[in-house]
Amino acid sequence: MSEYPEIRLNDFVIKIGTVNGTGSASANELLMKTIFRMGVPVVGKNIFPSNIQGLPTWYEIRVTGDGHAGRSGDVDIMVAMNPESYERDLNSISSGGVLIYDSTWPRPHFMNRADITVIGIPLSSLCNAEFEVARSRILMKNMAYVGAVAAIIGLDMSIIQNLINETFEKKKKLVPANIKAVDLGFNYIKDNKLNNEKFFIKALNKTSNKIMIDGNTAAGIGAVYAGATFGSWYPITPSTSLMDSFSKYCDIYRKHPKTNENLYCIIQAEDELSAAGMAMGAAWNGARAFTPTSGAGISLMSEFIGFAYYAEVGLVYFDIQRVGPSTGMPTRTQQCDINLTAYASHGDTKHIVLYPADPGECFTMSAQAFDLAERFQTPVFFLSDLDIGMNDWMVDELEWEENYTPDRGKIMTSKQLADIEVYSRYLDIDGDYIPYRTLPGTDPKGAYFLRGSGHNKYGKYTEISAEYKEVVDRLLLKWKSAAPFTPQPIIIKSQKKTNYGVIAIGSSDGAVREACINLEKQGIHIDYMRIRSFPFADSVEEFIVEHDLVFIVEQNRDAQLMNLLLTETNVPRESLASIKYYAGQPLNYKFVYKALFTGIMANSKNKKTA
Amino acid sequence: MTSFIKPRINRKSAPTNKIGLTRQDYDGTMSTLCAGCGHDSVTAALARAFFELSIQPHKVAKISGIGCSSKTTSYLLKEAHGANTVHGRMPSFATGAMAANNSLTYFGVSGDGDSLSIGIGQMIHAMRRNTDMLYVLENNGVYGLTKGQFSASADIGSVAKKGIINDQPPIDPCALGLSVGASFIARSFSGDRKQLVQLIRAGLMHKGFALIDVISPCVSFNDHKGSTKSYEHTYKYYNKFVHADYIPPAEEIKTAYDAGESMPITLHDGGKIILRKLDADYNPADRSSAFSKIINNNIKEIATGLIYIDENLADMAEQNNLETRPLNQVPYKELNPGLDNLKQIQKSFR
Repeated sequence: MSEYPEIRLNDFVIKIGTVNGTGSASANELLMKTIFRMGVPVVGKNIFPSNIQGLPTWYEIRVTGDGHAGRSGDVDIMVAMNPESYERDLNSISSGGVLIYDSTWPRPHFMNRADITVIGIPLSSLCNAEFEVARSRILMKNMAYVGAVAAIIGLDMSIIQNLINETFEKKKKLVPANIKAVDLGFNYIKDNKLNNEKFFIKALNKTSNKIMIDGNTAAGIGAVYAGATFGSWYPITPSTSLMDSFSKYCDIYRKHPKTNENLYCIIQAEDELSAAGMAMGAAWNGARAFTPTSGAGISLMSEFIGFAYYAEVGLVYFDIQRVGPSTGMPTRTQQCDINLTAYASHGDTKHIVLYPADPGECFTMSAQAFDLAERFQTPVFFLSDLDIGMNDWMVDELEWEENYTPDRGKIMTSKQLADIEVYSRYLDIDGDYIPYRTLPGTDPKGAYFLRGSGHNKYGKYTEISAEYKEVVDRLLLKWKSAAPFTPQPIIIKSQKKTNYGVIAIGSSDGAVREACINLEKQGIHIDYMRIRSFPFADSVEEFIVEHDLVFIVEQNRDAQLMNLLLTETNVPRESLASIKYYAGQPLNYKFVYKALFTGIMANSKNKKTA
Repeated sequence: MTSFIKPRINRKSAPTNKIGLTRQDYDGTMSTLCAGCGHDSVTAALARAFFELSIQPHKVAKISGIGCSSKTTSYLLKEAHGANTVHGRMPSFATGAMAANNSLTYFGVSGDGDSLSIGIGQMIHAMRRNTDMLYVLENNGVYGLTKGQFSASADIGSVAKKGIINDQPPIDPCALGLSVGASFIARSFSGDRKQLVQLIRAGLMHKGFALIDVISPCVSFNDHKGSTKSYEHTYKYYNKFVHADYIPPAEEIKTAYDAGESMPITLHDGGKIILRKLDADYNPADRSSAFSKIINNNIKEIATGLIYIDENLADMAEQNNLETRPLNQVPYKELNPGLDNLKQIQKSFR
């Protein structure tokens, strides 16, 4: 141990490897929340299989006193509870790290790594001696490793106690057993003096205005606050918890105070085709409507998406991306639907897409998506991913504007209809490319026939070339005109003027920001732009043109974002360089740092030789 | 679906309904279907039923899928909003529309391709949900717009125009509806307007999903010798075995019904459907009786009339505990949980 005297205060990664279905999730959450409540920022990542019980699963907690938002790429303390993944877990530990394992069954081959500290705790035999029932022996083993880790890194035991009390508020009789289990692990470390003397936590005051929340929960709450009244869906990982959230908060806050009737409607559809149809029907009829899904669902919804685009019906599609193609890896993360959502459906179709980067933005952009959909009468995609959607992130407390009123766009009322001679659905009266819609049932004069077949600006069927063209040309201009109304890019300038830039979207943000900070420390300067929507703002092209070389960091194999930039802007191909990570785990900053460093070095070398 | 404006001829003596509208006020654009198409008769029957029920045209929403049948919603009720959606997807669109505003009258028109092949899943699930709508299935056993392929309702042995004989069993929408729990199932024929209008009236007033399977011959591709969906074949084997007369709430029952054979069913609006059974043993409130009546009988006897009704099944709005006021009319201030509650919600995230 004395070989590694360096102390790592509030800056290390704990990873726990368990078997899924054994109740470790709540133990891991307990560990993370304790650190959070000690005022120390954390990043939590759940890396789980597409399975209910029996396969390896991991939970990673990054303790980051500096408040970084992404993963580091290291594993400093590995709690290896799953024999099946022991070997992999052992190999994943960073040099100088700690292995904690269940020494009920000694594993001599662990000793083949001389660069780590091994701490064996007989967790199973301790729990078997203390607990009778087989199931509780399994569950309590999890609490016992929480106690052990708490002792090793110096967690505040009173916070653990409080959290256990809160968790079992409705089943109070479970509290003593859980506390007992935590103590078993804690005392074993203390009694045997197994402290590692390297990784420590010291209370800070950096989480007071923060919350721990996942993006799907935040987006669901956003939809409630936006005034969405209709949601249809078909269950699909990793989007399911979004509708769970909408449903949970509607059930509390959307009941009529007197009759207890619902001021919302949620329908679990028979498939995504149907979910898309229901949401579109509701939107056509004047409800704020949405459907949450993942990429596979967007594939199925595409026929309705084209219909909604052409017939100009505004609704929100939440795409929580997972690894494709096909079924892919449903519990792993990627940014692989950038292309799909930009142009979903056959024929010429272009959509508004929002790219939230964390649960905080999931809340605000969820509401913005509804405003944009109704204002521009067109499908709006909210493109999140499994990392944002299902992991708990530390973000600022959610805030809502008190005077918010939904932007319902142009709806012609009976009164307005009385003042005009003839109503036409697709006439651009105001010259802003957005026509007026009417709601069914309001006025005989406002009736129109919604169709996905060729139509002219009056909404009538047509096969006349010029009439067809007039409408689709306006649709393109309407789409372009949305850019300034969408969330604008965020630029982080380096301390010195630089010819290098980096662009990313969504969940790559934390890793890219941290990589830039570390490059700056090395004297390498790079400006960073995070794009937050499509169609791209003018500032995107400007940013690229201002730099000689711009790296595009994204989480897919085919450089979808880079290709979208090349298609939708006039920037030269040679000014862009691609950095891609598509292995399915949340992006870590070391990967981005290395890629940027290598790319910049190679470029400056080329320049010198040229 | 060209939208030719239908010329309006004002007849001074045209009879009006209770809200002062004439039958013509229920027209739409000109039909562009082939002369003699069964679908045009169905359109006329629908318009007639809406007129007779004195429903405000703009308080109706008409929804369809893709195909010859689905074009027809444009040919009636020009003052009603219409949606001609995607092939086989009318039920989902209608379901969502209904959730947003359940105060309108919804009817969907579909065909055997739209309903029984590409859209069979959506139709079944709309029936399961008991979505409150009239669903008219214009059934001709053939794909008309693509010129003559068999549809899934073609009978075994039916001959296509090009001479091919169908050897796959047909999907009977009524039998299907019975098995998945539809609450109103009827069959009719476009050639029998009197029966059809009565069934449409009853279906519109029924609370829940009302399916009417209408044999509606395709004059261009399936009206030849050997076809089991031709006018000739349908007239020959047509059997009306249950009449259904819809009587509005305040109206007196004028016709004299034979006590043993008539069966009154009270609807949620207070109106009644009087069923007159020509087959004394038949009970349209009994699912298994209905099933055995229609199964295996399709070619030799086309059993028409109100086959099954269950007026007590909760409809979609009721199942979802929806407020009586349409969701699209609830003001935002009632939808917004407010700032204090946002603070409250976030307590659990610390």
